[in-house]
Amino acid sequence: MTWLRDHIGEVLGLTVQHTYLAGVPLILGLLIALPLGWLARRYKGLYLLLIVGTGLLYTIPSLALFIILPFLLGTEILNPINVVIAMTIYTVALLVRTVADGLGSVPDVVSQSATAMGYRRGRRLISVELPLAVPVISAGLRVAAVSNVSIVSVAALIGVQQLGSLFTDGFDRDFMEPIIVGVIACVLLALAFDGAILGLTRLATPWQHAGKPAS
Amino acid sequence: MIRFDAVSKHYPDGTKAVNELTFEAPTGQITVLVGPSGCGKTTSLRMINRMIEPTGGRIWIDDQDTASMDETELRRGIGYVIQHAGLFPHRTIVANIATVPRLLGWSKRKAEARALELLERVGLPAGFARRYPAQLSGGEQQRVGVARALAADPPVMLMDEPFSAVDPVVREQLQDEFLRLQSDLGKTIVFVTHDIDEAIKLGDRVAVLRAGGHLAQLADPAYLLAHPVDDFVADFVGKDRGYRALSFQASRHYSLTREATVPLGATAAQATAAARGGWILVTDDSLHPLGWIQPERITATIQPEMLQRGGTVATVGGSLRNVLDAALSSPSRRGVIVDNQGALLGTIRAHEVLVEIEERARPELQLEDAAEEAPS
Repeated sequence: MTWLRDHIGEVLGLTVQHTYLAGVPLILGLLIALPLGWLARRYKGLYLLLIVGTGLLYTIPSLALFIILPFLLGTEILNPINVVIAMTIYTVALLVRTVADGLGSVPDVVSQSATAMGYRRGRRLISVELPLAVPVISAGLRVAAVSNVSIVSVAALIGVQQLGSLFTDGFDRDFMEPIIVGVIACVLLALAFDGAILGLTRLATPWQHAGKPAS
Repeated sequence: MIRFDAVSKHYPDGTKAVNELTFEAPTGQITVLVGPSGCGKTTSLRMINRMIEPTGGRIWIDDQDTASMDETELRRGIGYVIQHAGLFPHRTIVANIATVPRLLGWSKRKAEARALELLERVGLPAGFARRYPAQLSGGEQQRVGVARALAADPPVMLMDEPFSAVDPVVREQLQDEFLRLQSDLGKTIVFVTHDIDEAIKLGDRVAVLRAGGHLAQLADPAYLLAHPVDDFVADFVGKDRGYRALSFQASRHYSLTREATVPLGATAAQATAAARGGWILVTDDSLHPLGWIQPERITATIQPEMLQRGGTVATVGGSLRNVLDAALSSPSRRGVIVDNQGALLGTIRAHEVLVEIEERARPELQLEDAAEEAPS
């Protein structure tokens, strides 16, 4: 425990970095997955292509992606932007299907009555279909968040600083304490992401928690 | 007025959902499209607000060809109610009702005020305003569905089996309230149902469709029951059509027999003295009938639980069907007739109702109709 006490500032710094590397791609990935998922839902022919195509992205080993991206993008290998882009790709891979399924979970009768009331397509998507897809999308987002927290730590192998650096550091020096601290910090961070998404979902879906009135 | 002019809907695979359908739904009236499944009634309804585009013919609303209108503008001007209501689960009741006014650009305050007014109009408490649809029963949701369709006060309403998914008791309530609402509002309504009883109860005019979207017959309900144009329509309107036709004939000039009554708490002796044919009618203080009793069954004084309540009560000026039913269901064989306040006027026996029925004219067969329907 003395190690943690001496290095608390460093651990907090790594945690902030880790949060950034896992969190920003989550938001970017969602923003990219929304239109792709909508396209997959809207055009039957595109569904399989987009779902299988984006799904395959997830099978690329993360270490390989971290190393290949600088070559493709012309960035420095130590530039954290490589990790952000790689994690965004993984998030998109997980979320396209989720978004498509979430939009598909909206009951037909509800979309139809929206059309019959006089909603145009775009407005119907924004104010009826997306809000109703939130529970399904949120479930996918939680998986992506936990997966991001875990995969980001691999980036320690290419020297991008975050909680994973505690593992490499511990292994190099054959010293357990940083490793244990790193594992616990990762778990806590994953739980924090999960809790934050759950909380936001609850705020966005008050109708799901209204319950039955006693009558 | 909504006018179908040789409207067809043929699908690329050759299915003919609707075929050369021509009819008019008059302004301010309820026109019911009824028929077995696959007769194209829902397709026809949805072609009016262009949820489905016709492949042939034209649909006119007043003198506007709907095909020439912007489809979204068209829909905002037409109220639409469907089975299971189709409310937005993520919006409160008041927000659901305010949907079309908001789409039309009303201010939030004005739209909500209108929504609250409609909530009351369809018989729901103001306390429901901030609830979500899932917190309401099926019947309550359906009322909200009607309120939502009425919100922007559209002249035309389309209703697609709006009352089919609720239990029979609630359905009847909703139907009665709907008729009451319509008698105030006078909307031009096209109503789809597979239930001929509902069609006959609600329709000013009933269009019976047969499979493949052909119009078999269009007539007012009484005429339809009296003169089904062919075996298909005759079968569809059902076997007890003679009895049901009585619903459309108001009973006017029956001669009522005065009926002696006793109040609750009367003694056996009082009841025996007043009884006729072994039965005496018990009423409350304002002469509202409570039930029949046989004096010999009275122990000491008349208590509510001793009464036989099987008899129905008909209101004066009600339909012959109600009056006949009052007579048929009465334990004393004397049908109880009350005034509009529910106070006893007298009684009538079944054979007296039958005399009146036989004196009444059935709707005249219209010959030009018959000629039109004859095979060419």
